[in-house]
Amino acid sequence: MNDLRSLKILVADDTDADRLILETIVRKEGHHVFSAKNGLEAVEIFKQQRPDIVLLDALMPELDGFDAARQIKELAGDELVPIIFLTSLQDTESLVHCLDAGGDDFLSKPYNRVILKAKIKSFNRMRGLHSTMLTQRDLLAQHHQRLLQEQTVAKQVFDNVAHSGCLNASNVRFFLSSLAVFNGDVVVAAIRPNGNMMVLLGDFTGHGLPAAIGAMPLASTFYGMVHKGFSMSDVLREINKKLKAILPIGLFCCATMIDFNFRRKRIKVWNGGLPAGVIYRDSDHTVIPLRSTHLPLGVLQDKSFKDDVQVYDLQRHDRIFMWSDGIHEARNSDGEMFGEERLFELFEENESSQSAFDEILLGVKNFIGSGEQDDDLSMIEIIMESPENVSHPAYNYSQQNQSLPVEWEMRFEVTPTSFKSFDPLPFLLNVLTEEPDLRGFSGSLFTILSELYSNALEHGVLGLSGDLKKSPEGFSEYYLRREQLLNEITTGFVHIYFTYSANIDGGTLTLRVEDSGPGFDFLSRQGKEISTTGYSGRGIGIVEKLCQTVRYYGSGNKVEVVFAWINDD
Amino acid sequence: MSTVQHLDYDALNSLKDVMEGEFGFLIDTFIRDSTDRLDKLYVLIGTDNVDAIRRAAHSFKGSCSNLGALHLADLCAALENNARENNLTTVGEDLADIESEFLIVRQRMLAYLG
Repeated sequence: MNDLRSLKILVADDTDADRLILETIVRKEGHHVFSAKNGLEAVEIFKQQRPDIVLLDALMPELDGFDAARQIKELAGDELVPIIFLTSLQDTESLVHCLDAGGDDFLSKPYNRVILKAKIKSFNRMRGLHSTMLTQRDLLAQHHQRLLQEQTVAKQVFDNVAHSGCLNASNVRFFLSSLAVFNGDVVVAAIRPNGNMMVLLGDFTGHGLPAAIGAMPLASTFYGMVHKGFSMSDVLREINKKLKAILPIGLFCCATMIDFNFRRKRIKVWNGGLPAGVIYRDSDHTVIPLRSTHLPLGVLQDKSFKDDVQVYDLQRHDRIFMWSDGIHEARNSDGEMFGEERLFELFEENESSQSAFDEILLGVKNFIGSGEQDDDLSMIEIIMESPENVSHPAYNYSQQNQSLPVEWEMRFEVTPTSFKSFDPLPFLLNVLTEEPDLRGFSGSLFTILSELYSNALEHGVLGLSGDLKKSPEGFSEYYLRREQLLNEITTGFVHIYFTYSANIDGGTLTLRVEDSGPGFDFLSRQGKEISTTGYSGRGIGIVEKLCQTVRYYGSGNKVEVVFAWINDD
Repeated sequence: MSTVQHLDYDALNSLKDVMEGEFGFLIDTFIRDSTDRLDKLYVLIGTDNVDAIRRAAHSFKGSCSNLGALHLADLCAALENNARENNLTTVGEDLADIESEFLIVRQRMLAYLG
């Protein structure tokens, strides 16, 4: 493109001699020349031949150079067609007139071949740049268009994953930009099986698709777990783990999650990195900030993650407000930020708590004034209501009226052929954690089950003595004998019984394990301090700590433990 | 009084280089053009159309400078200036000066062609 190829050049001059000189010079430079004797001819030839560069005399009959230049520039549209005025005009005003008419340069008389050659070369280079610029502009417009299309599709996918949950419940109000997910904001809300409402407002670092991508696993984890009744700490922990695994360093999610128990008028709050939301008391209009006490989601490894929550007892019609930093960072025309202080002042000025939500939105809007509207305000208000006043299709208050306790029993037997190859623990744990109330205790339940089962199998059915494990040598001896016996055994059993009983306030799980072994002298063990050192004897001690009661029956081949919990969700 | 330079022979030489075989045709064209312009100017000064006089003188000036007729270009510029300043008292003399200078230029150009 930078090579001076043969160009089409239009020469327009009414003086024959002058035109003759120019034609000759231009032709000798290897270009193709078109000649015009006046402005009208020039415009006509331009239409037909679309020359690359136009050399235009300023003063010509019919149509002068200025008007011809205007028309040619208009015909050229986006394309750069350099117009060089041929002039012996010297005064500033005339030269400016040439440029105003769309001229790009001058060539003064007498003509200088070297200068003309240099100008043609330079303008041809400029044409190249211009055409590259146009191509890139079109490409950019295309890319932008595609990006918008992709965002629309991504938004649809996101909406399907995140849907609106129970944000349309009667006691919830929210304000969200339609493309909030591309601002990095995400709001999810769902009803737990026990009737609690869980709401999470998240703000991912960054903007656009990278910010939106993390919202998908967040929403799907949230809805999947909340509907199954997982506790808030379980949900937070799982989301944190997922985000930590998938998000690159530097991308994380500031979030506030609140669990609303309408029956007890109690909320549990976890805030990691979001600006403080507030509790707005209906009775005395006091404002209690819900400040961040944790790191955002997706920052810490699971083992360092803190899921402790703050619990607040509320009154009916108390309001909870949550927002992302859009309000705090809204700027007025002076570039000043709205900030938390102004936000809290709005509460002080508020007369009726019902209108607080609108007053905040209005306050921010007035503050921004003619400043740039960022359009990434996200705000939610949730009113503490009585359960019967929370209206939402997914929320059936009568079903939540759980005066009837839930009770069931299960018996499970492990037979000799299964002792070696089958581990019943994951299966049993799965069954137990189908109960929403037990989900939060899967760790404890696993410890209890595995201790009772291995005691029943190893000491009961196989008859191995725990004393062996008191020395390091005995420890490995123990496991060798265990392996051997498991290969040989043809008789025996382990029975496991569960009795589950729960109501809205809590419940008990009774586990009874019976084995085919001879039992042991449990009476002599009872009342003794548990040995917490050495290689054995720790397990049952932990079970005793975890359970309300641990009792042995029969010859000591039956053990019954009661695991109890209080439901404070 | 400095000697008047009727023709810039350096300019003519380089024009000759550029035009090659067309050079004679160029000179003929210039002489024909200029004769037409003179006739046109004589008509114009009778009309008091200052702007048309100015433009005609201006075009003539450009053409003269291209062909190296420096003094003729200066005389055209003088007429152009007077016309711009609306000073019509000397246009007759200006034009007579231009005509006599043109006769000299024509003669020397034809001599240069040989």
